[in-house]
Amino acid sequence: MDLSAINPVLLVASIMVSATPILLAALGELVVERAGVLNLGVEGMMITGAVVGFAIAVNTGSPLLGFVAAAVAASALSLAFGVLTQFLLSNQVATGLGLTLTGLGLSSLIGKPYEGIKSPTLPKLDLGPLSDLPVVGRMLFSHDIVVYFSLALVAATWAFLKYTRAGLILRATGESHDSAHALGYKVVLIRLAAILYGGACAGLGGAYLSLVRVPQWTEGMTAGAGWIALALVVFASWRAGRVLVGAYLFGGVTVLQLNLQAAGADVPVALLSASPYVVTILVLVVISARGHHGAPAALGKPFHATS
Amino acid sequence: MIRLEKRPQPSRLMSALTPVLAVVLTMVVGGMLFWALGANPFEAIRTLFWDPLFHPQFAAYSRPQLLVKAAPLILIAIGLSIGFRAGIWNIGAEGQYIMGAICGAAAGLAFYPSDSVLIFPLMILAGALGGWAWGMIPALLKTKLGTNEILVSLMLVYVAETILGSVATGLLRNPEGMGFPGSRNFKQWEAAHNAEIFAGTGTHWGVVAALIAVIFAYVLLSRHMLGYQVRLTGEAPRAARLAGVNPARMILFCLGLSGALAGMAGLFEVTGPAGQVTIDFGSGYGFTAIIVAFLGRLNPIGILLAGLLMALTYIGGELAQLMLGLPAAAIQLFQGMLLFFLLAMDVFTNFRIRLSQKAAA
Repeated sequence: MDLSAINPVLLVASIMVSATPILLAALGELVVERAGVLNLGVEGMMITGAVVGFAIAVNTGSPLLGFVAAAVAASALSLAFGVLTQFLLSNQVATGLGLTLTGLGLSSLIGKPYEGIKSPTLPKLDLGPLSDLPVVGRMLFSHDIVVYFSLALVAATWAFLKYTRAGLILRATGESHDSAHALGYKVVLIRLAAILYGGACAGLGGAYLSLVRVPQWTEGMTAGAGWIALALVVFASWRAGRVLVGAYLFGGVTVLQLNLQAAGADVPVALLSASPYVVTILVLVVISARGHHGAPAALGKPFHATS
Repeated sequence: MIRLEKRPQPSRLMSALTPVLAVVLTMVVGGMLFWALGANPFEAIRTLFWDPLFHPQFAAYSRPQLLVKAAPLILIAIGLSIGFRAGIWNIGAEGQYIMGAICGAAAGLAFYPSDSVLIFPLMILAGALGGWAWGMIPALLKTKLGTNEILVSLMLVYVAETILGSVATGLLRNPEGMGFPGSRNFKQWEAAHNAEIFAGTGTHWGVVAALIAVIFAYVLLSRHMLGYQVRLTGEAPRAARLAGVNPARMILFCLGLSGALAGMAGLFEVTGPAGQVTIDFGSGYGFTAIIVAFLGRLNPIGILLAGLLMALTYIGGELAQLMLGLPAAAIQLFQGMLLFFLLAMDVFTNFRIRLSQKAAA
């Protein structure tokens, strides 16, 4: 084993890249869950975003258009979930699972002609003197725009939930939909908006996977990233800042195990490949052992206005 | 204005009717999808639902396949449905299915080339134990520490898949297989082969097990105290607790049972239709079984019918690939849509639709 083959500067840089998809998806799901809705369809929306983003980027030559299309497509898919759970009052767990299964089928259907193609990828953002800094420059300041966008989104989500009136109403809906309804807020519409937003975020995360991180389309390429994003929200106790910490932690595990595999570490490959999932379970265990806190009180409960 | 009014009790008629409505709706929308893909929609639907059973040329081959495909789906779905009824969401049946197959196959292969009649029962037992153990992980974490069973059971699917990849190319690889991945072929080893019981019908031991599971679940849910407690836990958790139902034991029972059944399904698959432990013997039955469980209304008899229907779409899908050039993914999407429409139709079971004047408020 040759650990010196692992370059710490590149390691940090690639952790940021590999954390971005789950960070985006988890931030979206965070808002959805704070509104009191449990959408287990993140995986399906992510992979739909991945394939649509890839297809549009290949056809138009513009990765940015790909990202926009991915957000729109995943959002459209989440609309199905929204209508079912909010208007037809279906079971959220079952509907979310259905969304994932549908998304996986849809994506491999759309993606067939795009297998093995290379897509145009995002250029690295030139931050002038910052990017030229010796070590830190290559580590932190030579990424594409979406990495910085995801970081800005962490701050924006935090500020939105903590300081804005709309954020307060959203949280109220998630804590007690009956009270929010009694105060005259449109619970169903607020939740629908949150679901659509969550879909868009998951779509962006998926597109980042297929356009930047890999960058290629392969069937089932999200490989559980959507589920890890869901776990991340629990890990973060439903707070935006901690989602960032969690995402970078998971990104770190993923990149490190890939690097260890490449360096020929004396650990079974199966154990390394399974490590992101095992770590997710371990983290969930530690979090739950500490006891439940931070979960919105009305999470996953259907709302039906009786009058 | 359309208004939903909650029924005092779910409508029994609607509960039976919704799956039929959902299937019809899926056929209509699916037909449009196939049309968009350039196939004749009527021909595509006929290929999916009719030809596997009645095509003059292919039906002889595909009819037995119906039971072969339905058996694992029903076996897994029965286990899942009992958990779902109690509000315990095991969605990692695919992982338990894989681990059951690995453990069962390993237990058998340890005695290769013995021809004792005890080999196959031993393998079934080991398969059930493997699935049970894999289901116990989320169950114990849930009962001891309150960890979310949905996420843990799902994460364990990915762990099981890496283990499968590792043993198929390592521990369980056929030593006489010239280095190809995959275990010994159970079809060539009489004592461990899950052979057809009646030639040409597709009835292997997994089909028998699935039928027993259906009867067992039916009796459990409608005639047994434990089944009553399962239903009570799902519908009124507080009342269940006050009535003396131990929630932790309920979780252990439901996850253990569904794990064991999924593990058995895996073993029957790997010793029968698949023949050997390979990286991709799974075919995603563990996930499709979730659709089967819901389509069957979490009711054993319903699941039996839903499993047969879903098996039909699998076989029809293969035919459609062959004859119409429809991509395999189209069928997956078709199955997902079915679940979606079913959940949407469910509103009629629990609610009455009332048309009312807007002013009346």
